[in-house]
Parts: sequence; C-alpha cells; structure tokens
Amino acid sequence: MTLPRAPLQQILTKYPPKESSLIMVLQDVQDAYRHLPLELLVEVAKALEVPKAKVIAVATFYKAFSLEPKGEVEIRVCRGTACHVRGGLLIMDEFKRLLGIEEGETTSDGKYTLEAVNCVGTCAMAPVVVVNDTYYGSMTVNKLNRILRATKSSKTADAAREETE
Amino acid sequence: MHLTSPEALKRLKSQLVRQRKENKSVITVCAGTGCVACGCAAVSAAFREALKENHLEEKVEIKTTGCHGFCERGPLVVMRPEGIFYQRVKPADAKQIVEKTIKQGKVIEKLLYRDPQTKQLLTYEKDIPFYNKQERLIFGMNGHMDPTSIQDYITLGGYQALGRVLVSVHPDEVIEEVKKSGLRGRGGGGFSTGRKWASCRQAEGEPKYIICNADEGDPGAFMDRSLLEGNPHAVVEGMIIGAYAIGSHDGYVYVRNEYPLAVKNLNIALAAAREYGLLGADILGSGFSFDITVSRGGGAFVCGESTALMASLEGKIGEPRAKYIHTVECGLWEKPSTLNNVETWANVPTIIEKGADWYRKIGTENSKGTKVFALTGKVNNTGLVEVPMGIPLREIIFDIGGGILDGRAFKAVQTGGPSGGCLPESALNLPVDFDTLTEAGSMMGSGGLIVMDDRTCMVDVAKYFIHFLLEESCGKCVPCREGLRQLHEMLEEISRGEGGVGTLDGIERLCSVMEQGSLCALGRSAPNPVMSTLRYFRDEYLAHLEAHRCPAGVCKALINYSVIEENCTGCVVCKRACPAEAITGEKNQVHKINSEICTRCGICLAVCKFDAILVE
Ligand SMILES: Cc1cc2nc3c(=O)[nH]c(=O)nc-3n(C[C@H](O)[C@H](O)[C@H](O)COP(=O)(O)O)c2cc1C
Ligand code: FES
Repeated sequence: MTLPRAPLQQILTKYPPKESSLIMVLQDVQDAYRHLPLELLVEVAKALEVPKAKVIAVATFYKAFSLEPKGEVEIRVCRGTACHVRGGLLIMDEFKRLLGIEEGETTSDGKYTLEAVNCVGTCAMAPVVVVNDTYYGSMTVNKLNRILRATKSSKTADAAREETE
Repeated sequence: MHLTSPEALKRLKSQLVRQRKENKSVITVCAGTGCVACGCAAVSAAFREALKENHLEEKVEIKTTGCHGFCERGPLVVMRPEGIFYQRVKPADAKQIVEKTIKQGKVIEKLLYRDPQTKQLLTYEKDIPFYNKQERLIFGMNGHMDPTSIQDYITLGGYQALGRVLVSVHPDEVIEEVKKSGLRGRGGGGFSTGRKWASCRQAEGEPKYIICNADEGDPGAFMDRSLLEGNPHAVVEGMIIGAYAIGSHDGYVYVRNEYPLAVKNLNIALAAAREYGLLGADILGSGFSFDITVSRGGGAFVCGESTALMASLEGKIGEPRAKYIHTVECGLWEKPSTLNNVETWANVPTIIEKGADWYRKIGTENSKGTKVFALTGKVNNTGLVEVPMGIPLREIIFDIGGGILDGRAFKAVQTGGPSGGCLPESALNLPVDFDTLTEAGSMMGSGGLIVMDDRTCMVDVAKYFIHFLLEESCGKCVPCREGLRQLHEMLEEISRGEGGVGTLDGIERLCSVMEQGSLCALGRSAPNPVMSTLRYFRDEYLAHLEAHRCPAGVCKALINYSVIEENCTGCVVCKRACPAEAITGEKNQVHKINSEICTRCGICLAVCKFDAILVE
C-alpha cells in the first residue's frame, strides 16, 4: 500500500529542517495518518537530516506515537490517580470485555482502539473517558454502554452526549 | 494595534476600563475542559439564542471564561455584576435565566447551590464555602475574563507590571524583588525562583533560554492546564519579565499533548501579544526583544524532569542526565536555561505589581504566597482551590472540599503525585507548605490532593503508583528500571496475600537503594508512595500478609462478593449486568452470587441501587 504523500510534504514545509522539529513533525504525521508508517519515517529522517535510528527511537519512546494504525473510534480511558480511586479500573475492564481487546489494541475491523492514558486533566469529574475528542465525566457502566451504542451508529459528539446524559 | 510604549499601554487600559464601566450585565459561562466535558458549549449557544429572542444582545454580554475551579458543579454560570451563581446549568435553563434573572431580576432557586452542611440555598458566588475560604491570587482572574481576549487581560491590569519593569527597573532589581518575595518553584522541588534566575543571569554563555514547564505529568493535577486555558497571558507576562531579568530572547513552553485547549488558547494569546507589541522585537519600544515557541510534549511523565524536558525540546528521546552541572549553566542546547513551572511564572506579574513585601505577608515562614491544589478523589467538592500556604490540610478537605463523599470515613490524602506519599488522619492538622509535607514523608509536588476513603486500599494505591512509575521510567539507570520492577512484583505478591513479613523488609531495603542510586528524581522519589503507606498504614500491609484480608475490599484475590439478604429486592439488575453470569435468583427473590465463578469485577456493586452487595 502506498500512502498519499501530500500531507507529509505539507507538514515538512511547516517546520525548519532540523532535529528539534522532529517531535512536532511526528505529531503532525500521527494526526494526519493516524499512526507513524515506517515508510514515512524514512522520509522524515531524510528531510530533517536525522539518522533513521534516532527517528525510530523517538517514535517508539513517546506514548503519543503509534506504529500501528489507530481505529476510527479512539477510546482513551483515564487511569490517573483521581480516576483510579473512583473506579476507573472497572470502566477499563468493561471496555476490554465488551470490545474483546486488550489495552493498546485495535479491533480487527479497525473500528475501535482502546487506550489507557495517565490523566486527561479533568480529574474533578473522575472517572473520565475520552472518545475521539469528546470528554465523558463521572463514568458508569451504564453510561459506557450508551457511549458504545452511540458510536456504533456514528453519531456526532453532541448527539452522543445528549444520549448519555 | 501595536503599542510602542508603556504609556500607550496605560492609555489603552484606561480606555478599556472606561468602556467597561458604562457596560452592561455579563453572563459568564465557564468553558474550562471540565465544563466543556459537561456540555457548556451548548449552554453558551442557548444563551445567545435566548438573548436574541429577547432582543438583549446589545445590552447583555456573554463571556466564556476559563475554569472557575468548582468543576464538580459544572457547567457553571455566574451573572455579573451581581455575582449570582448558577450551577449544573443545562441549555434548557438559558431561556429562563434570561427571562427571569436578567429581565426581572429574580433568582432561580433550582439552579442555586445548596450548602450540604447548613442545607441553605446560596445565591452569590462569594457566599459559597468552596470559594470564600480561598485566596485567589493567581487563579482569581479566570472567572472574569475571556482567555482569548488580550483586552480583557489588559482591562484587569494585565501587562502593567511588564511595562513598568521594562522602562524603570534594572534586571538585577527584578531578580532581587523575586528573591525577596520568597517565591519557590511550584513544579515540585520548591527551589527559590529568584536564586535560580540569579544563577542563570550570571552564567556564561549565549543565548540564554527561558522555559515554561507545562508537562503536568502528575496524574490527578490539573492546575497548570486550567491556568494556561483560563489565563494564558499571566504565564506569558511572567515569562517576558523573567526573560528581561535573566537576559534571554528565546522562550519555550513545553505543553502536554493531552491538553489541546491549553495549546490553542496559549497560541491565541501569543499571537495577540505579538500584535500588541508585547512580544517579539522591541517590546513596548524598550529595545528588549523576546519571543516564545510552543512545543507539544510526546506524552512521557519523565519529560517533566528538567533535563529530560530539555532533551525532548531538542527533538531527542526524553532521558534525563546526571546534574553535576546545573541546567541554569548548561541546559537546552548546552546553554544557560531557566525552567519554571506554569504556576511559578503566573506568580511573577503579581509579585512585581504588588511588591515583594506585600507578597511575603501571605504564607508561612519559608513558603510564601498561595498554592493552587487540585482537590479530587472521594471528596464532595472536587475542583481547583487556591489557598495561602500554611493552611491545614483539614480545612482544605473538610471546609472547602465539603468532606468525604457519601459520608464515608476519611482514610488518607495523597499529595505530590507519584513522587509523593499518602498522609493519614493524624497529619490533617499539618500546615501545608513545602517543608512540612516533606518532613511528613510526602511532598508538595505540583499540588494534587487525592482524597481516599475507607474503601481505598493502601497496598493497592502503592502498587498503582509503582506500576505507573514502572511504565514511565525511561530505563536509563538500573536502580530505577529494575528496582521498580521488583518493587511492583513484591507489591503484587502482597495484594495476593502471598509472601511473609520478610517481604516488607525486602521492600524497605530496595527502596533505600533506589533513593540513593537512581539517576534522576523520578527514581529517587519513586519509593515515597510505598514508604509513606508503610509508615502510616503498616497494619493494612500486615492484614494482607498475615490474615490474608484486604480490609478495604479492593484486592481481588482476597475478597468475596455476596448479597446482603435484607437489602436485596430481587430487581435482577445485577444478575443481568454480571458478565460472568455468577448471579442467580428469580425476580423479586433474593439473589445469590456464586463465588466460584465470580471474577470480582465489581459491576454488581456498581449497578446495585439498594446497597445489597457486600464485599469483604
Ligand atoms: C519525574 C519528574 C517529573 C516532573 N514533572 C514535572 C511537571 O510535570 N511539571 C513541572 O512543572 N515540574 C515537574 N518536575 C519538576 C521539574 O523537574 C522542575 O523542578 C520544575 O519544573 C522547575 O520549576 P519550578 O522551580 O518553577 O518548580 C518533575 C520532576 C521529575 C523528577
Ligand atoms: S486522573 Fe483521570 S482525568 Fe486526571
């Protein structure tokens, strides 16, 4: 499979071609392609004049990056301390069970990716789940079921929230 | 608009203040990430609609502000100038608020906050205990301004400190003032900010760098996010003043990737500051130039550590280095660099504006000023609170926080994040300041306060933090990398009730090796969560080891779920919810849990409305 190159080219023109741009370039690549494809990493290395090994090292060190494509619906369950003491673990276990995948995995149909994050900064409403860019606070098992139902029919974030309130 | 002198800035301010005076009532809607999560965008939209319907768009202003702190009650709406406080506002309420409160001056009772202690309805923001016990030096502006409007910040007196400093104060005097104020870094270590600046100013080498640490890796803390989202100009102004004092022309803000709104508002603020001549070349015509670049982090806890953060800014992996030479001398690109936390920077304009003598009056002997805490966990009023240093923990948790959730018993409060510790009831009267918390075996850290009740297991909490650190350790040095792995394994054993009392000795020995031998503060402070729980909650460890019990009912290998027969109504909710199909019983009859099949997932407990599930 060859990937479209236009987004990459555009990203590369945004930053000066030097090592300090590496993380920002990779972040934009991750956003544009939903992961860091190896073939593009090679090109990033060339463009920024950074050794390939260094690019791979950075791409595998930081949690923001993934070498595997992410699902269409990215579910991030907070496992920060505030969420942990308010029952975040149960929410994670329930997502795992219902989606049939482990933390960090994507369903075989490419629809869902399940991830754990260390605090998304809305600890006052623990436990918290972020689905794509929508935050859900005070999560319960019931709410979780409603979220999954809403994402199955690919509703917009607001409609999904209305449904879960 | 490009301001070319501090006088021009002053004139602009007076002009804005005059405009505001003759101005109208304001509906402020909180739009911090917390309230966004409760759907505040729809609330603002509904207000806009309602004002239009009533032809009031000209007379009433809607202001979407940063976080007010009382996230538990969001979305929050405050009607100014009266200060009427409405909580948990739904879009459907907007119409009524406009028609009743704005047009007829009537208060809508069902949206008011009820004091859980006195059961009284409170109308005004200033009467609510959550707010009136606080001292909102740094955080106070949040509720009064639109963070994307530089004019709002200027109206409230913003950038005046910078203007004065640039024309009439020598950099050395700025540093003296900050030193004298007693300001200590809010990012964790509590190092004197003035001394740090002085060393950097004196250090050899050009250029010098100014960096703002907005990595906020401590899970459970979100004050830096709220400051950047709600009042980005205060941080920017602090950084410019610092740059002037130290002699730097390049600044960086390193922000967590998980904080998109903070990045957005910060970028808007930087663009506006440039447009107004407050950032960039020849700031306010003073000849001093300084600019700021925003860098998004890669999501690694260790990157909050100063040397790892600088490596990350250089585009490298975030591994710390040994600090034989301090970063103020040899930091980013091996140049002298000053790194301070978001909240530290935000304190600077206030200190310059009001003076070190004024600032020193707040706080304790060795910890001056206020501190913003993120109050979370099993407490009634979760949110952000700003209090003077030295206030007892009890006041924060019980007076401001309104006590423990569901009336349960207080067990511990965790402070300082993964590098901190858990403090018991007996420590509640301690004044909160840097040194007292360290002495008690915890630390101030970035200001997370996570309250735990009797259903929180201390062994589980220690295991949680060690697991967190195990995943976040960069792996460069052996004591941290291998020590955490062993520590985690031993705690796992304890949570299964395995191992003997000897395990505790092993843990203590290992902790001491890690404290002494690790390369950076991540490894050196990693034992804190374990050592503090061992110090204050040893009995609970022993209960696991000797009696094979988890008193809090958390550690799965040691607990059993059963149905409390008197309470069970036979509603079949738990039976349907049980993923293991371990619950039997007909409708309207008492249910039973088969503990052979039960996986102890806790779903029955979560769904039961009748308190009929017993965990022991
Ligand atoms: C593992 C580790 C993580 C840290 N994370 C943060 C952080 O997220 N934010 C922060 O401001 N300081 C953090 N620090 C402290 C910084 O190293 C540094 O001391 C601080 O940013 C200096 O600023 P201050 O003097 O204003 O506190 C961390 C330290 C360590 C060892
Ligand atoms: S701990 Fe979950 S959002 Fe902070």
